[in-house]
Amino acid sequence: MAYTEEELKKELETKEYEYGFYTAIESDTFPKGLNEGIVRAISKKKNEPQWMTDWRLEAFRIWEKMEEPDWANVHYEKPDFQAISYYSAPKKDPNRSLDDVDPELLAMYKKLGISVDEQKKLQNVAVDIVVDSVSVATTFKKTLGEKGIIFMPISEAIQEHPELVKKYMGTVVPKTDNFYAALNSAVFTDGSFCYIPKGVRCPMELSTYFRINEGGTGQFERTLVIADESSYVSYLEGCTAPSRDENQLHAAVVELIALDNAEIKYSTVQNWYPGNKEGKGGVYNFVTKRGLCENNSKISWTQVETGSAVTWKYPSCILKGNNSVGEFYSIAVTNNFQQADTGTKMIHLGKNTKSTIISKGISAGKSQNSYRGLVQIGSRAENARNFSQCDSLLMGNECGAHTFPYIEVKNKTAQIEHEATTSKIGEDQIFYCNQRGINTEKAIALIVNGFSKEVLNKLPMEFAVEAQKLLEISLEGSVG
Amino acid sequence: MLKISDLHARVDDKEILKGINLEVKAGEVHAIMGPNGSGKSTLAAVIAGKEEFEVTKGSVSLDGENLEDSAPEERAHKGIFLSFQYPVEIPGVSVTNFMKTAINESRKARGLEDMPANKMLKLIREKSELLEIDRKFLSRSLNEGFSGGEKKRNEIFQMAMLEPKLAILDETDSGLDIDALRIVANGVNKLKSKDNAVIVITHYQRLLEYIVPDFVHVIHDGKIVKSGGKELALELEEKGYDWLKQETVV
Repeated sequence: MAYTEEELKKELETKEYEYGFYTAIESDTFPKGLNEGIVRAISKKKNEPQWMTDWRLEAFRIWEKMEEPDWANVHYEKPDFQAISYYSAPKKDPNRSLDDVDPELLAMYKKLGISVDEQKKLQNVAVDIVVDSVSVATTFKKTLGEKGIIFMPISEAIQEHPELVKKYMGTVVPKTDNFYAALNSAVFTDGSFCYIPKGVRCPMELSTYFRINEGGTGQFERTLVIADESSYVSYLEGCTAPSRDENQLHAAVVELIALDNAEIKYSTVQNWYPGNKEGKGGVYNFVTKRGLCENNSKISWTQVETGSAVTWKYPSCILKGNNSVGEFYSIAVTNNFQQADTGTKMIHLGKNTKSTIISKGISAGKSQNSYRGLVQIGSRAENARNFSQCDSLLMGNECGAHTFPYIEVKNKTAQIEHEATTSKIGEDQIFYCNQRGINTEKAIALIVNGFSKEVLNKLPMEFAVEAQKLLEISLEGSVG
Repeated sequence: MLKISDLHARVDDKEILKGINLEVKAGEVHAIMGPNGSGKSTLAAVIAGKEEFEVTKGSVSLDGENLEDSAPEERAHKGIFLSFQYPVEIPGVSVTNFMKTAINESRKARGLEDMPANKMLKLIREKSELLEIDRKFLSRSLNEGFSGGEKKRNEIFQMAMLEPKLAILDETDSGLDIDALRIVANGVNKLKSKDNAVIVITHYQRLLEYIVPDFVHVIHDGKIVKSGGKELALELEEKGYDWLKQETVV
């Protein structure tokens, strides 16, 4: 017979996080706690030049004076920053070539569904994989190298391309930007670096896979993508973590720079461990992502957020150049006790700048899902345009959807549109599908996919399929 | 094919069906008429297995199999189709995608592979021509922004696609203008065969001029109070329902 709310709840409770395994890899982990000594030790471990060590120390001193923000619509126990280890790396020197990689690590990739070799052959995707704090494998380096494209762990970029890192790092997200960005600037251990030279269209998707493995560690990765004039790149990012009772901290910084006439597409499928059905454990995902657009350039953020216990994330665009374009397409799913406060900031500074925001929030269980967005039109931004659409879909009677749009306009030629809807998956919709032979689970998947279609369509093909599956898994049986 | 015996059903604490008996054989068209609130739509929903209604007594069986424990989707897989009085909207899901899912789910239940894409396309083309549906219409979101007539035509299109054994048309004529009514009725007539059956639920005799019933039943207060041939519909049109209500009281 069709589902009652009780039965559905029961079924939902039995759903488990698929990626919750832990791999026993020997790792090199720092003692817990944070002080100048730890910051220096991280820098030393990475064999960094003095300027980098100084940069980190400055960030640490700024962070020490900052307060953790509490304006977001999320409630959680504040992490104890002295109870986290700030460096953890798989022990066997992993970096060189894939053949040298610890077999345990390779086995882990298989579990994650990333067969590195296969990806090489079948899908035109170059992958960089970051486990805990260290980048362990970057594929396709040679093919990319022929085009002058640099795609490597940021720790290597600091050694090999210090001029680029020095010039751009911290220019979009300064050390002083916010509490977590400052923390990241002090202790980041790895992440990806990408540079596309002038006029080059990157021939494949670039992809980074992040994984937290060790317990009691935080992951602080730093990603820097620079698209030089008239270049194009599409970048993908995926994340998972083992199931643990404690809350793990993830505080990343992503900076994108699109120079004149360049275009960057940045897609994320975030599936950090969301905690168990009682709301225990799960990743705190406090991330700062921002892009800077020069003249006639375009940055497009697409995100599918299904994981994490608490999400605090606002991928933003600074539309500095004239005629630049910013886009934000987001699906955020929360279930059980998950909380998400996510959205974007579109800062219009240049003339004829345009931005589009499409946000789809899906809440189930006892979760809380908030959209928070800022559209700001500067006084010199003649003819700026923005279109925002925020849709919320509710399942059951115990979850919440919230929308916090902020609009600040200092130029009267601006055109701003904001649309918002809230709907609930109804028993009538489910029965209609049932009557056509579609069972309840499939019906929910169909309705959710329909609701999310505008955003799913923006993802690169191979990611769209994965994202669609993820949505189905995250929400199976969650209608009331 | 369909056998309903002494069926009682209620929603919350209100008894709506109070002992319905009805038998529908393959190849037959039955019309169910009756005033507002008499239980016509409830009967349709109970046959389709809607959970909201609790069957307190009696049974519904299809081809000799009691449907008591069958979920709505299982009843659909067995060949029961309900054309809804108020079809729901599903934003972002195209008519084509919805039909593809429905057909393949039914095939899966019967242990068959998904229908190959070219066959599906051919079927869609055939059936949309039958119902004079513009194919642009099929890529629109299901029922979203459809006019009343479009929604009903879409219901019959789905019926044509799914080729049910038993089709129940719940007030399919309401909200249709005369041209749409003719198209819908033509569609139903073309789909009729000696192997399937149709139950037409309606207020008015108008639809029955196009879909000619073999039997007409009148429901009042949760019971069938009169059954007859197609001429009964005409009599009702002329006299209204009041004389039947009085007859029941007597």
